[in-house]
Amino acid sequence: MFSIEVTDLKKSYSGLKAVDGISFKIKQGEVFGLLGPNGAGKTTTIEIMEGLRERDSGDVKILGLDPWKDGYEVHKRIGVIPQDFTFFEKTTPKEAIKYYASLFNVKVDADAILKEVLLDEMEKHVFESLSGGQKQKTGLALSLVNSPEILFLDEPTTGLDPNARRAIWEVIRGLKAKGKTIILTTHYLDEAQQLSDRVAIMDHGHIVAMGTIEEIIEQNGSGERLEIHGDKQLADYIQANTELQVTYDDMKGIITIPLKKKIDMLAALAAAEQSGMKWGEIQTRQDSLDDVFIKLVNDPFGEQIEEEAIEQQQNGNKKGRQ
Amino acid sequence: MVSFRRIYVDFKVFSIGYFRNKFGLFFGLIFPVVLILIFGAIFSGESGPINVYAQNQDTGAFDQNIGNEFLTALNESSTMRVITVDVSENFTDYLAAHSSSEGIIIPPNFTENYLLEQPVNITVYGSPASSTSGIISGTINGYANYFNLQRFNGIMIIGLNSATVNTSQTSYIDFLVPGLIGFAILTNPMFSLVNIAADYKKNKLFRQLSLTPLTKMEWLIAKVLFYIALSLAGFLLMVGVGVFAFGAHITLSLWLIPFLILGPTLFASLGMLVGTVAKNPETAGVIGNIVTFPMMFLSGTFFPMDFMPSYLQTIAHALPLFYVTEGLNNVMVYNNIPNALVDIAVLGIITLVIFVLAVKLFKWREN
Repeated sequence: MFSIEVTDLKKSYSGLKAVDGISFKIKQGEVFGLLGPNGAGKTTTIEIMEGLRERDSGDVKILGLDPWKDGYEVHKRIGVIPQDFTFFEKTTPKEAIKYYASLFNVKVDADAILKEVLLDEMEKHVFESLSGGQKQKTGLALSLVNSPEILFLDEPTTGLDPNARRAIWEVIRGLKAKGKTIILTTHYLDEAQQLSDRVAIMDHGHIVAMGTIEEIIEQNGSGERLEIHGDKQLADYIQANTELQVTYDDMKGIITIPLKKKIDMLAALAAAEQSGMKWGEIQTRQDSLDDVFIKLVNDPFGEQIEEEAIEQQQNGNKKGRQ
Repeated sequence: MVSFRRIYVDFKVFSIGYFRNKFGLFFGLIFPVVLILIFGAIFSGESGPINVYAQNQDTGAFDQNIGNEFLTALNESSTMRVITVDVSENFTDYLAAHSSSEGIIIPPNFTENYLLEQPVNITVYGSPASSTSGIISGTINGYANYFNLQRFNGIMIIGLNSATVNTSQTSYIDFLVPGLIGFAILTNPMFSLVNIAADYKKNKLFRQLSLTPLTKMEWLIAKVLFYIALSLAGFLLMVGVGVFAFGAHITLSLWLIPFLILGPTLFASLGMLVGTVAKNPETAGVIGNIVTFPMMFLSGTFFPMDFMPSYLQTIAHALPLFYVTEGLNNVMVYNNIPNALVDIAVLGIITLVIFVLAVKLFKWREN
């Protein structure tokens, strides 16, 4: 059973392709991380799924419904925290929860929700006096009022200090344990690693890799490799006496040998021992998600392009209206 | 479907937030009352006699000095106080030095000419721009006629009895109370909704709300209801201060209710419209001021429309606030219900148009 099905989704802003034909499915109860550099199209994708933005083409099904056309129905069954969540300045978290509950016409235990998002001690403070983390938690609390089946969290911890981030992670783990389907965008890789069952890495509107983090590293990483601190002669010796591919880094004095099989390590070490030369520290390494991410995406200025395009489009619309 | 429960819930949260904001409370309720107190105090009571400088250049050798008698008579009138200027002064320079444009010169040989029954002219200085000049020349004219008659043993055939009809009895405070109620009906919802619309759009609060079952129509109705309630409270406060502090003569009638409902609805919607079409909060503020300030001053809020030249009065008829202040005056001051009904009709049409436009143009979500 899929909670979300996205097929060949496209969206451009005045010519710039923000999302360019992406497809994915998200299972019920899954935590799905949407990763990517700023401007990769994550927010556009998540806003289309939330029914906040109209798509140009492609198919999007949220709990079997079209989020743009059936937005009203969809919104009753999903919870959303937008990027930089804000609320009425002079309203307390508890009042906000009761307000949402009345709008959704549901009975909720406001205190229990506040406790769930670890905000119970701030229930009497008005929104504008809360810290960044507490504001995000208020958003999280509000997104839970209608007992949503799916939660959309758009960069829930951006700009928060490490403690506040960890607190939010705790809350998200709790929600995952309750079986909620969660879609999370983030550009913190550790956050994705900590929370997601599966991730998709987006770049320039495309999904460049998708799967569990292990799968992505395996498919896109260079695999395991052996590193030996030694000199050039040793590298040449191993190269000459084994069938291994040996590279040597002059600057660092490190011999690197990719390990196609685990047994390759023994051959390399045996050759090194045989050479009678001196060698230092040895270690095996594997690409981390960071390494893979940097390999897959490369455009540090992406975000500005996307945001400017959105802004331009909106201004253009307005000129058209006036 | 519009849900009254959701409107009520949104109304409640907005009210609580509003009353927690001390600035909102001050500008919403206290400020208009302060304005009544200030303007009421400035214009309360009768203004004193007008100061007029006079130079009697007639220093003839007669026992009688008719020039002095004339000035004394003027001084005893209730309208002016005569300040005599020494003959040695240059009169126009003296007026300029005393920032006055009003003065009287009695010419040399005035007494002689008067006694010899030869025509002689008094020079009256005045400024066409000054409303007091008319009063002064009128008074002097009256006394000149009186002196002429006396000289020729004329008998007063036609005299004047002072009398007033209802309308001319109104004092400035009677006019000020409806005017400032109109001011509050305009400024509170207008400035507030311009800000809210622009701010909520900028920090994406409208999108946040679009994720709930609340509709934009319900949201706007809740704001409108709040400003109707606030206007009603302001109305009672201002009428109270006007009547008890300044003795304003005000007729209270159920015909006031349409104005207290349509006015805030109109200006809340107009504010929403301005905030919606503006690109950012800064532009919204500027457009809001451009729309609000001319309306505030030209619609008969601080001074009666009759003070303005006719072309400005024509412009005023194009301003929505005009129909609020005129209507309030028609009911509260002149008790002229047929005219008030016309104002209600015009106001109703403008309100409907602006409200529909505001709901149509303002968007929860983006494309």
